[in-house]
Amino acid sequence: MDHFQRFREISANPGRYAEEWKKKTGGKVVGHLCSYTPVELIVAAGALPFRILSSGAQIAQADGYLQAYCCGLVRGVLEDALAGRLAFLDGTVFPHTCDTIQRLSDIWRMNIGGFHADVILPVKLDTESAAEYMLAVLQRFKADLEAGLGVTLSEAALGEAIRICNRGRKGLERLYALRRKRPDAIAGSDLHAVFRAALVMDRAELADALEKLADMLESRAPQAAPPVKRLVLSGGLCSMPDIYQVVESSGGRVVWDDFCTGARYFEGLVDENGAPLAAIAQRYRQRVVCPAKHAGIHNRGQYLVDKVKSYQADGVIFLLLKFCDPHAFDYPYMKAMLDKENIPSMLFEIEDQISSEGQLRTRCEAFLEML
Amino acid sequence: MPTYEKIIDSDKERRKIKADRRMREIMTAYYMEAKTPKEQRGKKIAWITSGGPVEPLHVMDVIPIYPENYGAMIGASKMGVDLCEKAEEMGYARDLCSYARADIASATVNGGPIGGLPEPDMLICCNNICGTVLKWYEVQARYFNVPLFILDTPITHTTFNDEMRRYVTRQSAEYIRFLEKACGRRFDYDRMAEVGALSIRAQELWQAILDTTMSKPSPMTCFDAFFHLAMIVTLRGTQTCVDYYEMLLAEMKERVAQGIGMLPVEKYRLVWDNLPIWYRLRWLSNKFMERSACLVADTYTSGWVSQMPSVSSTDFLGFMGESYARIFLNSGTDLMAENIIRMVKKYDADGVVFHSNRSCKPYSFGQYDIQKILRKKLGIPTLMIEADMVDERSFSESQIETRIDAFIEMMKK
Ligand code: SF4
Ligand code: SF4
Repeated sequence: MDHFQRFREISANPGRYAEEWKKKTGGKVVGHLCSYTPVELIVAAGALPFRILSSGAQIAQADGYLQAYCCGLVRGVLEDALAGRLAFLDGTVFPHTCDTIQRLSDIWRMNIGGFHADVILPVKLDTESAAEYMLAVLQRFKADLEAGLGVTLSEAALGEAIRICNRGRKGLERLYALRRKRPDAIAGSDLHAVFRAALVMDRAELADALEKLADMLESRAPQAAPPVKRLVLSGGLCSMPDIYQVVESSGGRVVWDDFCTGARYFEGLVDENGAPLAAIAQRYRQRVVCPAKHAGIHNRGQYLVDKVKSYQADGVIFLLLKFCDPHAFDYPYMKAMLDKENIPSMLFEIEDQISSEGQLRTRCEAFLEML
Repeated sequence: MPTYEKIIDSDKERRKIKADRRMREIMTAYYMEAKTPKEQRGKKIAWITSGGPVEPLHVMDVIPIYPENYGAMIGASKMGVDLCEKAEEMGYARDLCSYARADIASATVNGGPIGGLPEPDMLICCNNICGTVLKWYEVQARYFNVPLFILDTPITHTTFNDEMRRYVTRQSAEYIRFLEKACGRRFDYDRMAEVGALSIRAQELWQAILDTTMSKPSPMTCFDAFFHLAMIVTLRGTQTCVDYYEMLLAEMKERVAQGIGMLPVEKYRLVWDNLPIWYRLRWLSNKFMERSACLVADTYTSGWVSQMPSVSSTDFLGFMGESYARIFLNSGTDLMAENIIRMVKKYDADGVVFHSNRSCKPYSFGQYDIQKILRKKLGIPTLMIEADMVDERSFSESQIETRIDAFIEMMKK
């Protein structure tokens, strides 16, 4: 039996999953951008949090709303929305992160419609006033959800949502831990499929499925595996499953990543014993930071170096989406910090998904050879 | 393609703005003081973003230095491509803001028209204009190894709410504490009241100067405003700034009284959106002038007037955070459209020219929607120019000239 089949199906067509979920439960689907969306509140509202990623379809209509120097992710999701591929969404949430998402929110509000919430989070996370503000933002988001979806979010529901989301995060962490120990235990593209599914699935269903999957994989006897090069991926969001195939066929294995659709999403649990909103606020303030947020000037570089060292990686591949400012600003210093520790790294800029694959293969093979 | 007759302008000398000379003197003196070696200068230096709260720095006798202003100088002296390429060699992607690229590169080689900016003792970053400045100032904080203060100003997509107000107000107090620590002395609140009043006065004067273009013919164009802007950006809160703008305002009023326009013939009145294209100011100005089109106002230079209704000039710190948070660039696209509509009406403009600026995503994304809103609400023609403010590699002269012609043709109808 293929334990990944279900995840692969969802990953290949997340919209269909959401539509079916809607039919089955009669619930509402709330789309959102960015891993800074406090999904716990959406879960507590009884809705399905649906992380919007681009389907990668050809850009046609979005050109009338966004210039060509906008990142492919944002152009892609706007294209999907304009083309009606996201018609199942009852509403959309925009956490404040980068300048591009900020403007996407405006364009969406004026042209797509539906329940719309801006979660205008602090950008600077490491001060007392930011902590206070973060909590106030969540309170407002709670009120917006209540008004927008016509529900009330009780403390109990919030507590339950926190526990469910934590379980999901722990499940993902177990898979990452397993892969770290035995890089051959899960194929990269399988884990990627699990992850993409995890970003849109009903969180209770997800938590159960992940637990089952992790139990099964952990119980499998390790196979004798040839030595591999251990890699960490860093950078912009990677919705290119081929990356894993390319890396693996070149003799590399990914042991960790610093993606918002990866480790940044699950690292750091919400405290289950505190007052719910305060606990959620704390988690999003203290989680692994994304480049659009500020928590000190060496934070991300240090994180990367630490991960490479503690997971005995041989090198780092930076994947940057073209026109993504926050990541592009961080790359030079993060690379310099790696250089200082004699950790080899390679940069690959993704312009669009299809044209990149061949180039990536060549570059990747050369890089792995060098390691 | 229409051709334009050379307009013979016998009045050219009379049209020149006389205050220009004084402006150059003041700016030169300002940079000379800042470039004086630290031991002789005595004062500390802070680098600050163009939308950042400079007033408390004047209170502390810290010299504010604006890398963005320097970016504009680099662009105007056509040194942008060289420095941008240098930054790209350092690993910074070509798609990043060209002010940031030029400054990051210039810091390492002392490049640009005045041989680099004086080194900062501290960095003040306010993200009301963009998220780019946050990343850019992080780069400089690592490079110079100096303390960085961030004033985090939540965007007003639709409304500015109480928690935002409280957040930015609390940060004003954090800012003062930061400065006390960085300067090693107490903050002088009485002096703050004086500096605050001077800043408000300068902003009123600047608004009054910009408003003189409501007259027909317009006594100046936005190209002049781009030049005279440097003072409100760098020196607001000082007496020098107030004195200068009083002089400039008097000159503008005099021009209005005498009917002196900046253009020999003013047929069309236009509003400009986004940053200037610094390396092509003269070229663009001439292109529009030859077609008798006068750029009477722009969204950029009007960013430095107080947006706060009825502020009390004695409680500057009380409203500083909010007034910096609520600048128009830090607001929703539809609010930005309304701002342009107001300007079109106020200055009686016939069309709007948009600079779609590769460097500046928060300013440029959304322009297509603004265009649509203007078409719907005002029915006036608009022009979109694709370029970059400093990086000349993104400028296509022939394409832009063709577009300007087509735009003017549309206005003739
Ligand atoms: S962070 Fe980068 S990739 Fe993500 S939306 Fe912003 S610009 Fe695009
Ligand atoms: S040009 Fe735009 S992106 Fe660059 S610093 Fe100015 S506001 Fe920010």
